[in-house]
Amino acid sequence: MSVLNPPRSAPARSAGRPPGARENFSAWANRHRKWLFAAPAMIFVGVLIVFPLAWTLYLSLTDSQGSVRAASEFIGLQNYLTVLSDVDRFWPAVGRTLTFTGVALVCEVVLGMCIALLLWRPFRGEKWVRVAILLPLVATPVAVGMMWRLIFDPNIGFANQLLGMIGIPPQPWLSGQDTALGTTIFMDVWQWTPMVVLILLAGLTSLSEEPDEAARMDGANSFQRFFYITLPLMMPTVIVAILLRGIDALKTFDILYATKGKGGGSFHEVETLNVYAYGLSFDYNQYGLSSAVLILFFMIIIGSMWLLTMRKKAVSK
Amino acid sequence: MKRRSIVKYAAVAAALSLGLTACGGGSGSDDAKAAGTVRVTLANHVWTEGIKAAIPEFEKSSGLKVELTQLGEDQLSDQYNVKLNAGSDEIDVMMYRPLQEGKAFAKNGYLADLTSKVSSDANWDWKDYQEGPVKATTADGKVVGVPIITEREVLYYRKDLLQAAGLEVPKTMEELEAAAKAIKASSPDTAGFVARTGKSAAVTQFSSFLYSFGGDFTDSSGKSAVNSDAAKTAYAFYGGLIRNYGPANVSTDMSWPEAMAIFTQGKAAFYTEADSLYKNATDPAKSKVADTVGFAAMPAGPAGSKPYNIPSWGLAVNQASGNQDNAWKFIQWATSKERTLAAQKAGVPGPRASVWSDPEGTSTYPKDLAEAIAASAKNGVGHDRPEVVTVGKAREIVGGPIVATITGADASAAADTAHEDFQKFLDTEKK
Repeated sequence: MSVLNPPRSAPARSAGRPPGARENFSAWANRHRKWLFAAPAMIFVGVLIVFPLAWTLYLSLTDSQGSVRAASEFIGLQNYLTVLSDVDRFWPAVGRTLTFTGVALVCEVVLGMCIALLLWRPFRGEKWVRVAILLPLVATPVAVGMMWRLIFDPNIGFANQLLGMIGIPPQPWLSGQDTALGTTIFMDVWQWTPMVVLILLAGLTSLSEEPDEAARMDGANSFQRFFYITLPLMMPTVIVAILLRGIDALKTFDILYATKGKGGGSFHEVETLNVYAYGLSFDYNQYGLSSAVLILFFMIIIGSMWLLTMRKKAVSK
Repeated sequence: MKRRSIVKYAAVAAALSLGLTACGGGSGSDDAKAAGTVRVTLANHVWTEGIKAAIPEFEKSSGLKVELTQLGEDQLSDQYNVKLNAGSDEIDVMMYRPLQEGKAFAKNGYLADLTSKVSSDANWDWKDYQEGPVKATTADGKVVGVPIITEREVLYYRKDLLQAAGLEVPKTMEELEAAAKAIKASSPDTAGFVARTGKSAAVTQFSSFLYSFGGDFTDSSGKSAVNSDAAKTAYAFYGGLIRNYGPANVSTDMSWPEAMAIFTQGKAAFYTEADSLYKNATDPAKSKVADTVGFAAMPAGPAGSKPYNIPSWGLAVNQASGNQDNAWKFIQWATSKERTLAAQKAGVPGPRASVWSDPEGTSTYPKDLAEAIAASAKNGVGHDRPEVVTVGKAREIVGGPIVATITGADASAAADTAHEDFQKFLDTEKK
């Protein structure tokens, strides 16, 4: 029986006794069962998600700065106008956020697909290969950032020494104005491709064999089988992978902060929206402006999620 | 059917447990006073290591229990931002940077007034503190902090390289440049000069160059002065030293750990940095060049040798703490003459005049470093960054021309841009 159909009849009472408060409560609880049981979760969501969001929204409409507890005035949409007309920091940060996310995602999905296909069929030593592939995933992003920072150090780093051995001149990597963002994208790809591999591998192993076999019988080569059979069948899984990884990549902070510090470097080379909002809050103490950036950022994330979910629905049909 | 209801039960159970944990969090311990504890937040520093080792003796003599939180510089300031903004009473004693956060914290009312406390104990002797540091921990005539560490910029150099090249220790900026040039020319793998290059991080170490060339961040009327001729020359000089004689592929994000690493790996001849970090260069465990490091006062520019001489860290009491008396007990102990002497002998220059005049106070220092410090204390400048409320932003603005010149841009144009931005910033801050 389903729990959500409470018995309509009132609970039987023993004759002659007035109805006790306890019984009243249990009757009330019975009637409102679905709310009662969901209440803790709702309160949890309210306290931890809705309230901070609402607070951020409120702050973004004030000129709060210096200290959140200091008096601040309600200034309407002024912060949004300031932010949206800021071509020095805000728009470049939007561009970097999208570049970082887009490039990292494409690399991760393509690479992830290739690796997942390699691991799809059983082979000798696959256990070890799987473990090795998952290693970057379990490392802490900040530690990963630190590690690569050491490797990519222009003067005493291992990367340039390695290049020196094969006769390539040393590269600036993280310290170059043009190469810093690319280097951080590389780190992100190194760390997060395994997650995409996991998702895609799960999708691959749950595919049925028949269409593939039928195509094989009809003489399709492996490329045709992949592009016309496997990939279309995998599309919902691919979109899930893009969705999960995309939201994460948009919000990337730890790798960037660990490698370039506050402001995303001296020339703001890797200053994405998240790093920018963080700097506005923690370095400049401009809480109003920072909140406005975060609300806009939140809209960008919600917007991209919505687009992808729409796409997923279309594909799943 | 059956299975679905089980799933629902499980979901409800999970939600319940989540809800419970959410309610269970955040119970601050208000009983710190009753239990006789004092909660202390300190930065990672040589000074902190010394205090940490000595805490048991404080606990024994005072009967208080010390709860210590130790964080890196950036994490520390983030932690303060979050906790003090929320009016948290979970911090009693805080180690802070008077020149970085001091003005902002005082303005926001985060720091308790210690004026009556510092003058209450003649033995502890507040008058023993040097004037510059005291000025930095005083806000609106009230004492809000006790300085613990002072710093001056000095020249670190490699005796062996200078000897091999037949060079004297540079006394002027011209000599420094000539020596850096000579060393870079004779051994291309060794940088002639290294220093901080990060836009914010470099500002403090650039300040001594700025003063020695006769400039400052603001003029006497509080207006921006970063486009003065002196400032432009200083920007061009500092950036040029690194660009022309610095490490190959120099990064523009270096703070002291990165710059120090290049020097201690034996890859640079000259390095200008805070004297309080000298142990990193002379400790054989941390430095490959420990036995050949020499120290000298800042080379003189047109305006003489004018290094900064500042209190880099102080201890303050959180205004929101309900435990201020115990907090003061801890500070009184940690900043006593004996503790200051012990810290200074461990390599942390302190703010007490009596410790400096005591021969034992400098007994552990390399002789040339002690001399450089004494000289710098005489003609030092009391700030190493713009004296404003939002120091973080100001540093980014005035640091702009430093990284611009390091990457080969024109110092004069960059200084003009920075001047405009800095003046705008100063105007909004006055409002």
